[in-house]
Amino acid sequence: MKKKNQSPLLERSMGGLTSVIAALICIVVGLVLGLLFLLILDAQHAWKDGFVPIIQAGFRNVGNETLAKVGMNWMTVGQEIVEAAPLIMCGLSVAFAFKTGLFNIGAAGQYTLGAFGGMYSAIILHLPWWACLLVATLFGALWGAIPGLFKAFLNINEVITSIMFNWIGLYAVNTIIYGRGSGAMFNLKKAETYAIKEVSPQSVIPSKIFGWDMFQTFKYGSISIAIFLAILVAIVILIVLNKTTFGYELKACGSNAQAAKYAGINEKRSIVLSMVIAGALAGFGAGLYYLAGGAQWNPQDSTVLPSAGFDGISVALLASLNPIGCIFSGLFISHLSTGGAQMTQVYFPGEIADVVSGIIIYLCAFSSLFKGKVMGWLKGGKKAKEGQAQ
Amino acid sequence: MTLADYVIEMLNITKEFPGIKANDDITLQLKRGEIHALLGENGAGKSTLMSVLFGLYQPEKGCIKKNGQVVEIKNPNDANALNIGMVHQHFKLVECFSVLDNIILGVEPNKLGFLQKKEAREKVLRLSEQYGLKVDLDALVEDISVGMQQRTEILKMLYRDNEILIFDEPTAVLTPQEIDELMQIMKNLAAEGKSILFISHKLAEIMAVADRCTVLRKGKYIGTVETKNTTVEELSAMMVGRQVNFKVDKAPAQPGEVVLDVQHVTVPSKLHKNNAVKDVSFQVRRGEIVCLAGIEGNGQTQFIHALTGLDAMSAGTITLCGKDISKAPIRQRSKDGMSHIPEDRHKHGLVLDFTLEQNMVLQRYWQPQFQKGGFIKFDAVREYSDRLIEQYDVRSGQGSVTVARSMSGGNQQKAIVAREIDKDPELLIAVQPTRGLDVGAIEYIHQQIVAVRDAGKAVLLVSLELDEVMNLSDRILVMYEGEIVGQFDPKTVTVEELGLYMAGAKRMEL
Repeated sequence: MKKKNQSPLLERSMGGLTSVIAALICIVVGLVLGLLFLLILDAQHAWKDGFVPIIQAGFRNVGNETLAKVGMNWMTVGQEIVEAAPLIMCGLSVAFAFKTGLFNIGAAGQYTLGAFGGMYSAIILHLPWWACLLVATLFGALWGAIPGLFKAFLNINEVITSIMFNWIGLYAVNTIIYGRGSGAMFNLKKAETYAIKEVSPQSVIPSKIFGWDMFQTFKYGSISIAIFLAILVAIVILIVLNKTTFGYELKACGSNAQAAKYAGINEKRSIVLSMVIAGALAGFGAGLYYLAGGAQWNPQDSTVLPSAGFDGISVALLASLNPIGCIFSGLFISHLSTGGAQMTQVYFPGEIADVVSGIIIYLCAFSSLFKGKVMGWLKGGKKAKEGQAQ
Repeated sequence: MTLADYVIEMLNITKEFPGIKANDDITLQLKRGEIHALLGENGAGKSTLMSVLFGLYQPEKGCIKKNGQVVEIKNPNDANALNIGMVHQHFKLVECFSVLDNIILGVEPNKLGFLQKKEAREKVLRLSEQYGLKVDLDALVEDISVGMQQRTEILKMLYRDNEILIFDEPTAVLTPQEIDELMQIMKNLAAEGKSILFISHKLAEIMAVADRCTVLRKGKYIGTVETKNTTVEELSAMMVGRQVNFKVDKAPAQPGEVVLDVQHVTVPSKLHKNNAVKDVSFQVRRGEIVCLAGIEGNGQTQFIHALTGLDAMSAGTITLCGKDISKAPIRQRSKDGMSHIPEDRHKHGLVLDFTLEQNMVLQRYWQPQFQKGGFIKFDAVREYSDRLIEQYDVRSGQGSVTVARSMSGGNQQKAIVAREIDKDPELLIAVQPTRGLDVGAIEYIHQQIVAVRDAGKAVLLVSLELDEVMNLSDRILVMYEGEIVGQFDPKTVTVEELGLYMAGAKRMEL
């Protein structure tokens, strides 16, 4: 009897383990294929000037040979951490919507709106940083709500509406910020938004936590507690999805909307709320990035949607939609793209890192296949051991 | 008898899944030109065995022989190459293709990549004449009847020159007339030298059409018998492991106060301009089982959807225990004492990717018993689910944490019945509660429904099975084209009489 109770638990923990192993296999195979790609492009420099910098990324010191031998470069590690926070949040946004049966490809637009909300409340309203974050979150939530409403009440596919609202959001934000050169947030001299650090210092997310000033360690200008906030949110999302009746309702709707309706769950409300929360997460991510003080918005140059929104899809898939997994996959993707910038530009363009991460993500689509194999190995091993024991 | 008399032999097949031995040393031998039934309860291992034959699963032990030669079937293509064909319970047809296109799909005759439909048409016409399979080759699949869709599936197998034909629960979706036709078709096929494996749990059909019958129970081989030397009682005892009572034991009904009062309910159709349900009025009292009988598609589904709140109605009132719930949301109706065993257990009844325990609380997760401040009380859920599993004998591989999708149909249905009855409703609405179930499970569910009645609750039963209608109900209402056309006492009416009303040949003024 006892054994019967144990086996499902074992099975479940094995499920988690196999997800991790499958993700690692994706990463290793992806890196090998990436290396092959570099070898094809320029065999002579592929290893030293291409592959090694990608792998080392923030842990490499390009400028100083002696420092490089010592090991890591705290400053670029700081950069990795700063860029990981919005990636984690967009990953959570996509993963949350996925769990509830929706494909949120609109994280980029929600992120854009979140950035606008955060910058507006900082540059114009001079609100404290936490209030700015809240506004960023609300703007993202609002932009998420629109596809949600269309989906729930008019049954229009959320993929189509959120892609359209990505561009609507981007051009609206650009137009408002630029204001034909006279926008209140627009710094004409630099052709970008005013630096929040200068015009509203209280709106910048602090870098001190429990007496530890992260800036002293990393020496990276926009390092802040953003990464911890992102981790905190990931944990909250995990709890909401797995421990609450609200998460139960959302997952029921995602898995079988008809059965959810039959059970008396308001499935329209669930769809809208799910998109609102996904949007809020993306908006919060934008707040974490732009309120860290290191980035400004260039409305004339920003004709491409922020990449964090789409990288969020990669983050979510690599994490097998697990909120905690998103933390690690977010850090990893940030690590890769930082590494891309470290490659010797003479031989390889920085976009190669995107190709490598693209290959890894592509392989993630096969991760269920790997999962099956890994499960087989684990079981085979277990059985063999049991056999030996007997 | 020489070896080659058997066209297919499955010898000592063993197949295990986590926590369950689906097939345990099973042997099945199919003779050339015979109709061989495979009988067993849900979860007895019939589908697993057929999946092994079809190459979907690899057995841990045992071998498969064709004409005495050992063969390996690694995937369905291998099975096709060995001329094994299958008509699945849920048809595998392209809805927006014509019948002919569906038949040739995958083996299209062509010259240099150009379709040669004329040859195909001639071959199909020849086959359909030879075996008496009437189909309209140019009609789209979505427009034809279920019976014709099934004949299309059979023609698909014949077109591929299959010798061994597997029918997986072929009668589950057919009307009585269509079942008779199918039986005749199967006999024709066997007479022409085809070998047929007929998976079913309907004993009468097996007795009518099969030459021999192999019985499985809980993954084990029980025996193979000649149908002419056996009886329905003997077969069912082999299948269930005990004597089965085909009659429902129940005391006469003692109707009490009115629980459900339906007045002038009208529901618009989603398919056409007419109303699907027209001005329906009736009452259900405490302590009685009222059955809504009728041929499928006469508005029963739409009426139940309106009654339970899944769809809106355009006119009329519904009163439950004296409270008007005509416009109440589903959750409110549930709170007011309505339980609903839905017609389609996969579409409405279960979230298949949830675990059994999550499904057990689908209607009640929000109650204080199972949550506090929005956080689910997992211990309480587990305890409750374990109790229901025990009490209602729901069998699954891993108990409460089994994913619903991996359970057999009968046990899925038992789980739903357990959930809905344990809610302690004032009104139990049971729609096709025993559809696709075996005699053991049917007997059990009927007992549960009678127990609900005897506890002084009202029961509204919707059923297409006349046996069930006659056996279980205390009062019968016949629905035809969205209207109630007759009311009967099951003790005084005959099946033939009911049939006339169900077919619209007679009607009563009510």
